Amino acid sequence: MQQSSKRRDRLIGLFVAGAVLLNPPVLNLFSGGTVFGWPALYLYVFGAWALLIAGLAAVLEGKPGLPRGDEPDRPP
Amino acid sequence: MSTTVVVVAALAYLLLLFAVAYAVEHGGVGATRFTRSSLVYTLSLAVYCSSWTFNGGIGRASQAGIDFLPIYLGPTLAFCLGSVLIRKVLRVSRANRITSIADLIGARFGKSTGLAALVTIIAVVGMVPYIALQLKSISSGLDVLTAGRPVVDPGVAPVLADGALWAAVVLTIFAMLFGSRSLHPDEHHPGMVVAVALESILKLVALTAIGLFVGFGIFHGFGDLFAKGAASADVQPLYQHSGVMRGIDWIAMTFLAMAAILCLPRQFQVMVVENVDERHLDRALWLFPLYLLAINLFVLPIAIVGRLTVPVGADPDSLVLTVPLAAGQPMLALVAFLGGLSASASMVVVEATALSLMVCNDVVMPALLRWRSLGLARRPDLTRLLLWIRRAAMAGLMVLGYLYMRWDSQRYALVSIGLMSFVAIAQFAPAIVGGLFWRGATKAGAVAGISLGFLVWLYTQFLPSLAQSGSLPSAFANTGLFGLALLKPYALFGLSGLDPVTHSVFWTMLANVGAFLGVSLLTRQSPIERAQATLFVDAFRFDDAAQIWRRTAYLPDLVSLAARFLGRERATAAFAGWARTRGVDAATTMLADAEMVLFGERLLAGVVGAASARVLVSAVVEEEPLGIDEVMRILDETSRVIEANRRLEDKSRALEDATAELKQANARLQVLDRLKDDFVATVNHELRTPLTSIRTFSEILRDHPDLPLGERQDFLRVVVTETERLTRLINQLLDLSKIEAGGAAPAMTPLDLAAIAHDCAAAMRQVFAVNRVNLRADLGDAPAWAMGDRDRLVQVIVNLLGNAAKFSPSGHGRVTLGIGGDHEAVELFVADNGPGIQPADREIVFERFRQVGDTLTDKPGGAGLGLAICRRIVVQHGGDIWVEGEEGQGAVFRVRLPRAAEPATAERAPMAEPRPTVVRELAQMPR
Repeated sequence: MQQSSKRRDRLIGLFVAGAVLLNPPVLNLFSGGTVFGWPALYLYVFGAWALLIAGLAAVLEGKPGLPRGDEPDRPP
Repeated sequence: MSTTVVVVAALAYLLLLFAVAYAVEHGGVGATRFTRSSLVYTLSLAVYCSSWTFNGGIGRASQAGIDFLPIYLGPTLAFCLGSVLIRKVLRVSRANRITSIADLIGARFGKSTGLAALVTIIAVVGMVPYIALQLKSISSGLDVLTAGRPVVDPGVAPVLADGALWAAVVLTIFAMLFGSRSLHPDEHHPGMVVAVALESILKLVALTAIGLFVGFGIFHGFGDLFAKGAASADVQPLYQHSGVMRGIDWIAMTFLAMAAILCLPRQFQVMVVENVDERHLDRALWLFPLYLLAINLFVLPIAIVGRLTVPVGADPDSLVLTVPLAAGQPMLALVAFLGGLSASASMVVVEATALSLMVCNDVVMPALLRWRSLGLARRPDLTRLLLWIRRAAMAGLMVLGYLYMRWDSQRYALVSIGLMSFVAIAQFAPAIVGGLFWRGATKAGAVAGISLGFLVWLYTQFLPSLAQSGSLPSAFANTGLFGLALLKPYALFGLSGLDPVTHSVFWTMLANVGAFLGVSLLTRQSPIERAQATLFVDAFRFDDAAQIWRRTAYLPDLVSLAARFLGRERATAAFAGWARTRGVDAATTMLADAEMVLFGERLLAGVVGAASARVLVSAVVEEEPLGIDEVMRILDETSRVIEANRRLEDKSRALEDATAELKQANARLQVLDRLKDDFVATVNHELRTPLTSIRTFSEILRDHPDLPLGERQDFLRVVVTETERLTRLINQLLDLSKIEAGGAAPAMTPLDLAAIAHDCAAAMRQVFAVNRVNLRADLGDAPAWAMGDRDRLVQVIVNLLGNAAKFSPSGHGRVTLGIGGDHEAVELFVADNGPGIQPADREIVFERFRQVGDTLTDKPGGAGLGLAICRRIVVQHGGDIWVEGEEGQGAVFRVRLPRAAEPATAERAPMAEPRPTVVRELAQMPR
């Protein structure tokens, strides 16, 4: 129960992050310029989008609620 | 390319798809495993990407750059919330056998037929332009491909030569074949799902192939492509996104797409109805956004190349075909055409299936069932009727779509038409989300919100679009209704400067959400609404809480009712299967209980919708003796009774506890009572014995005055001795009762116990001498300070010494008085070499009148009060007294008192003589 609510909270966090990153005014910061000849806006939108999907995949496919690094320390 | 080749290729492709679907539905186990995979589920969700994405997206990108993207970012964001929102929809729909968006909304708001019909009508009106869009894109694709070059002005072909008409006919037949071949209670169409999944793969492959071709076949990589674009003054603005108004448009479109992915009938069909395993959703929640990203990756590059290589004035929505054609790649153009056809066909088939289901279940069937003169409720087999209603609905839908396309949509880009549909469909979002998470949302609120939103949509989107294409007087769109500028459809109440879609989103949502919330707050729910609201909002808590309807029916009636809609075989099998899981034999059961009736209703709901199923089942239900109001009242009362019961239980538990305590107290009292009786009896005996001997000897003396002197002296001595014994006994009793009553608290002063012990030993020397017992006082020199009452402590020590003198063997008796202890306490001990005390008796000796030894043979050593008094005094001082010592080796009495600090002006207080009474008492203690 606790684990699934942790997962739910993370997904809601991703939603908020996505909503902020993929909408103006953050989006307008990348308007116009180019990076190595590619439009910066195009790179940014697809990059942020891909990161958001990677985050979704990590939360949904990972063990529910167990962040990495939570394993107990092994004795030396 | 000749028309024949294109048409044959298209038909062959569609037939191949149908063959796959047929194989899946008749393929047995292997096929089932294939359809039950999260990948197929995810790809079927990609029915979202219709020819709007395939053709329209590129058209939009070639005009406005990256503005086409919010339509795909919205679903990604919505899917972030999917494990809360979509999972709940899945759970609710599974539990209630909900098969369409109209059913969902109708069932949530009290299984309302009217609301479901309203939703259906709005969905049909909203979706007609969307279907028209698909037909238009197929038609223009055919035009471009057969012409072999960009078509600048297609003109209007005669009806029979119109590719769109034939496309509509073919797709209608396909929709009927896929979506309404037979009736399933769960409305699963695995064949259709697999075909849609295959089409999704082709869409992605086709668009990616063209993307790679423009990147590497026409230009030298994408860097080159973007650089060439940047060099062109026409194309360069596509790289930018700025300005407040465009920002607002972007946000509105993202919101719209979020609502659409939940509310589109075809999305509901593939996402909820066709879902076979809830766990598939977890995978799809990230895989579907990934698909959206992949399919959009090359849209902007293709659009840029289109602007660079295709003549100005060509239809932007056909760029995906004209770009390969212009580059001399007709085969690639054919692949692109098939990709676009896939996008259109899957959208049309699934949308038509979903909408026909809604029209049949939520509009036509309820109307027919109410039309009593038709006698429909008595017809033996309605399955064929249901199927034909659905097919007719599909055909009607396609006719509307074609008509709209032919007469109205020519002027509009694909994306504009699609967005108009999205705004209409988004009107369901407040009712769905509110209904799932807000218990207080009422039916009146939902009706008000949805209908007001729809009316505003008609006014700000649909009617002006008709007006602009000439179907309605255009004055209305340009100058406002009745010429009032405030009522301009695209600038309502003077809100200008926004894109028409954004403008409409704002006003419709304001009206919709406002009315939904406001009316819900002002109206009350009917009991059935309240029951359904609980069922929906608490979907994760109760899986099946609808057991509140006390209905029974004759099973044969129920089965034959279901058989009319499902077919005899399916209905019988369904009931038998359900009965088996409950351990009932359906063949011998006559009376169906409430659960079975509910099962029957849900079985029917899968075919005719929740509202109609309720009406149908109520016709065969034996009797519903309780009205819903009564049921709700009973529920309320039951919960009150349960609460009262709970309190009663608490009370009786407390009562039991109290009873147990009372019993214990009573038992203690009984013991005390017995002890008191014993005490009185003992005192009686102890007092009587000396009195009797005094009286006897006194009588002898009175009656025999001539007794010899010696004898008379002896008798008088006995009388005196017995009198003294009596006095001592009475003194001791008085002491004991004084101490026990606690009336005389000891006067606590710092005392040197060593000095006191020393004095006591001195006072007792005479007694020891009389008993011929040796007393050794081993007290050392150091003072031993303790708080206490001097007289009482003297009494303790003298008592112990007296006992020791008494019980030590005369002649060779040895008694030691010593002192010791630690930093916390002072410990005094009196050791003798008498018979000692058995371990079992070591506690008893401190009780009143308890003497150790056999009272019949041994002469009692005393009244038995001395040690009891000692213990009480020591306990009053906060100390402890006990006896130890080896059996037969004498007894050691130990007294332990808390040590006190040495007083500042400590002097060895001059030792007063011990209390004469005590000394006398002890000196004459009888043996």
